[in-house]
Amino acid sequence: MTTVETNEEAPPEAASGQGSGSRILGTRRLRREDPALLSGEARFVDDLQIPGALHVAFVRSPNAHAAIRSVDLKEALAYPGVVAAYSGADLRDAWAGGLPCAWPVTADMKAPLHLPLAVEQVAYVGDAVAVVVARSAYEAVDASAAVVVEYDPLPAVIDLEAARSDAELVHPSLGTNVSYVWELIPDPDAVAQAFASATHVVSERYVQQRLIPAAMEPRGVCVVPEVFGGGLTVYSATQIPHILRTMLAVTTGVPEASLRVVAPSVGGGFGSKLNVYAEELVCVALARKLGRPVRWTEERMEAAQATIQGRGQIQNIELAADAEGKLLAVRVELLADMGAYLQLVTPGIPLLGAFLYHGVYDVGAYSFRCTSVFTTKTPTDAYRGAGRPEATYAIERAMDALARKVGVAPEEIRRRNYIAPDKFPYPSPAGLVFDSGNYEPTLDRALQIANVDEVRAEQSSRRAVGATRHLGVGISTYVEMCGLAPSRVLASLNYVAGGWEAATVRVLPTAKVQVVTGTSPHGQGHETSWSMIVADRLQIQPEDVEVLHSDTSISPFGLDTYGSRSLAVGGTAIALATDLVIDKARKIAAHQLEAAEADLVYEGGSFAVRGSPDRAMAFAAVAFEAFTAHNLPEGTEPLLQASVNWDPPNFTFPFGTHIAVVEVDEETGFVRLVSYAAVDDCGNQVNPLIVEGQVHGGIAQGIAQALWEDAVYDEAGNLLTSTFADYLVPSAAEFPSFDLDHTVTPSPTNVLGVKGVGEAGTIGSAPAVINAIVDALSHLGITDIDMPASPERVWSLVRAARSASGSGKETTAQEARP
Amino acid sequence: MIPAKFDYSRASSADDALAQLAEYGDEAKLLAGGHSLLPLMKLRLATPARLVDIGRLSELSYVRDGGDHLAIGALTRHRTLETDPLVRSHVAVLAHVAGQVGDPQVRHRGTIGGSISHGDAASDLPAAVLALGGTFVVRGPEGQREIPASEFHRGFLETALAPDELLTEIRVPKSSGATWSFQKFNRRAQDWAIVGVVAVRNGSTAIGLVNMGSVPLRATAVEAALADGASATDAAELAGEGTEPSSDLNASSEFRRHLARVLVRRALEEVGA
Repeated sequence: MTTVETNEEAPPEAASGQGSGSRILGTRRLRREDPALLSGEARFVDDLQIPGALHVAFVRSPNAHAAIRSVDLKEALAYPGVVAAYSGADLRDAWAGGLPCAWPVTADMKAPLHLPLAVEQVAYVGDAVAVVVARSAYEAVDASAAVVVEYDPLPAVIDLEAARSDAELVHPSLGTNVSYVWELIPDPDAVAQAFASATHVVSERYVQQRLIPAAMEPRGVCVVPEVFGGGLTVYSATQIPHILRTMLAVTTGVPEASLRVVAPSVGGGFGSKLNVYAEELVCVALARKLGRPVRWTEERMEAAQATIQGRGQIQNIELAADAEGKLLAVRVELLADMGAYLQLVTPGIPLLGAFLYHGVYDVGAYSFRCTSVFTTKTPTDAYRGAGRPEATYAIERAMDALARKVGVAPEEIRRRNYIAPDKFPYPSPAGLVFDSGNYEPTLDRALQIANVDEVRAEQSSRRAVGATRHLGVGISTYVEMCGLAPSRVLASLNYVAGGWEAATVRVLPTAKVQVVTGTSPHGQGHETSWSMIVADRLQIQPEDVEVLHSDTSISPFGLDTYGSRSLAVGGTAIALATDLVIDKARKIAAHQLEAAEADLVYEGGSFAVRGSPDRAMAFAAVAFEAFTAHNLPEGTEPLLQASVNWDPPNFTFPFGTHIAVVEVDEETGFVRLVSYAAVDDCGNQVNPLIVEGQVHGGIAQGIAQALWEDAVYDEAGNLLTSTFADYLVPSAAEFPSFDLDHTVTPSPTNVLGVKGVGEAGTIGSAPAVINAIVDALSHLGITDIDMPASPERVWSLVRAARSASGSGKETTAQEARP
Repeated sequence: MIPAKFDYSRASSADDALAQLAEYGDEAKLLAGGHSLLPLMKLRLATPARLVDIGRLSELSYVRDGGDHLAIGALTRHRTLETDPLVRSHVAVLAHVAGQVGDPQVRHRGTIGGSISHGDAASDLPAAVLALGGTFVVRGPEGQREIPASEFHRGFLETALAPDELLTEIRVPKSSGATWSFQKFNRRAQDWAIVGVVAVRNGSTAIGLVNMGSVPLRATAVEAALADGASATDAAELAGEGTEPSSDLNASSEFRRHLARVLVRRALEEVGA
């Protein structure tokens, strides 16, 4: 086996898997995953037939904050079918510590003990306090209602500013609600100087509401103990089988080699399944204790309350600009809601945006500070975009505010500030190096697709006649950092793991190819894309490439799927491993053809001696020779197989411009999305069909934050939106068909020239829509509206603006809050 | 999301359904399309001990020409109502309203009788039948009786149906020459109306209000003003009168009243009142 640890920067030129001779990369191929998914044949955790499995139901706190006085399981234990029931105290010895947080962002970060089952205190509605095990899920749920828990209620801590004041403490033992303060201020004097000398200063406050990830498949876990030997197989609806295995070993004390983690078909995650959850630990503990398979499937209301939520920030952003609107400095103060506990990467989410609050703009000075607080709400963590949609929202909204101050169009303020294409690789003021970029063409193209000139003419004529349905155009140009990530950079941010990815490519005796990847798809189509990468290089058919993943006994190493990393990191590892296989095949072919390796050309799936096309050896023949090993060059091992563990030299930085056109009905406050144009650049595209799918879904998810979704808590800490009747996930019916195009600026950081695209749509879309709404109402003096822009919010804002009209006063969202 | 334990039986006929209701009393609930009842049961907000499934009683799924009215079987699915030629030609507004209920899955399972006897003021069809001056045919142990739509809804999820009665038919006067409008305001296509307005103009103008109180309402003040010759704009200003809309995450009661005024005005403009 050939193993190469590689951490070298790849030559950008190799970046064209899409150069001449390429027939597979860049083609629109249907996803091989889809027939099973569409026909219902795909098996999710809850579909697995596990004989004798016991079912688990959790008893959850109805209080946001309370001390647990007592837990009485007696009545529940008497229910039919109940096998066992445990309180948090009963299982306290089942884990070595609390649930893991792998991202202690500062040395003095405060982190409460987070037990899988609470023992002394609950800190959010949905915090698990006891567990019932029964023969069926129905019996477990029925009996769980009979568990009697006595609570002494404590004050809820809901508001972020109130949390920061420490008036009431979520975790009294910590002495404060502030988990950490993290700063990135490379040159404080330069920032102060920029603001002192600025002609224009913009100062904005935005609220990022909490969002519920709402994956189509809720979470689920099934733990099967081996009868002998103490081994456990953990089936989990997770994005991170590899990380989960390691973390389960650390937290439960089960030796890592005795744990096999399998993620079967997983129905979406959006970051919410990038975690190690209490239910996983509890099921492991119960399977060990009872010696029987134990399973749990999350209910939808549990998914709203006990799966992590996204966003939850108050953003203060200030821009300093000169008379022409050229940015001098960006200064950001963030107040971030951790929720009740720190889950796997909770504290790190604001940091993933910390480097991007200057967006696509060339800024001299930069200042970022984040204060993170505990509240008595569901923990927050990664949700599609994780930190980067928040950053993009703030800068893109603030740029529109700057455009209004300077008195130029939103596209003009952007043109004046874009990082120029000749500045790449661009050392950012926040300390990153943007790999490649060319922003203005995406703006030009998006303006064209969206027919912005026509829309603006129509906007004016409607205003002239006093129409009540106002048109608005909103622009957002984004850049994001994805392809997590160079391990050394992650180390500098105190992240506990690295950012490499593992791949093995092996050729079977009949020349069929198996690829083992450490990525863990849950809707992304990796089987399709990875087979295309291998087939393209090997010049075989994608159908002849099998992709194996998401089972630690098949794929022992990997860092899984999140942060738009899979293609840029995992796909690159596969490409490099494939190239090693070709190198070895070439060596064997040269030996058999009695030619020098350098004289062989590989074309049409065959090695031929240059100038003598009849002296050739097909790849299949080489594969068979490598298998029989009858006649291999001296010192060459049998078989064609190579493994690569690739650690990228940098993140990748995809970008694009999105333009939303909305119509705001002043009388009802209803916002209708008239059209949506997106021009994205994710470098080279492996499968444009999959890219478009990601962009469509991402845009819908970002617009959902702008217009519909909001995890609302009352003052007592009850989640008021725990069903889909109240938590408004939009459907296809709410959207126009999106108008997509793309530019191609390959990344120089990997041999494929690719960047990530899974989160791009979500990152670009919310600010485009809100900017469009503000634009539609700008003639009324409206400059701000909170997300989601619900009809009542819009109506209240317009009403306030109309009643203030004449005074020439601006109306902000704060003033008009219903 | 797992309902409490319940027994289930399938009725073989309308008579059998009535017999089962008589046997099990108020412990039983009728199950038709299940799109209102089952979600309540999954949330354990409803815990009937027995479900009597009438969903497959084809004898109660029909649209018949009754001369001056259409007779619609209680188990007629929304999708059938939406596409039925008789409904489309004689009571087009009803076909249109049925096509706006929920989403395609709901429309293929849900029934008009289920929607009306569930008694949710946020549902579209009860307000439409109210505006159309419909009548409900109800069967019980004492035989058959007719209840005008205006007397059917009594309070929040409360109707004139006794626990041992079955709604079998909805009668709607033909209104082929009428102009009509349905203004449904919601945030997502699949949702219940935040406020809905059904207006039917056939000589005089009748207006039904969706989700403006605990029961479906007629906008009587508006209707009276129109009868007295008020303009559509002036009459619509009275749309909030006599309503008691609730406040929830989607809208305050104040905003609902405002929406009612706007939507009634738009409906009146559309029907030419």
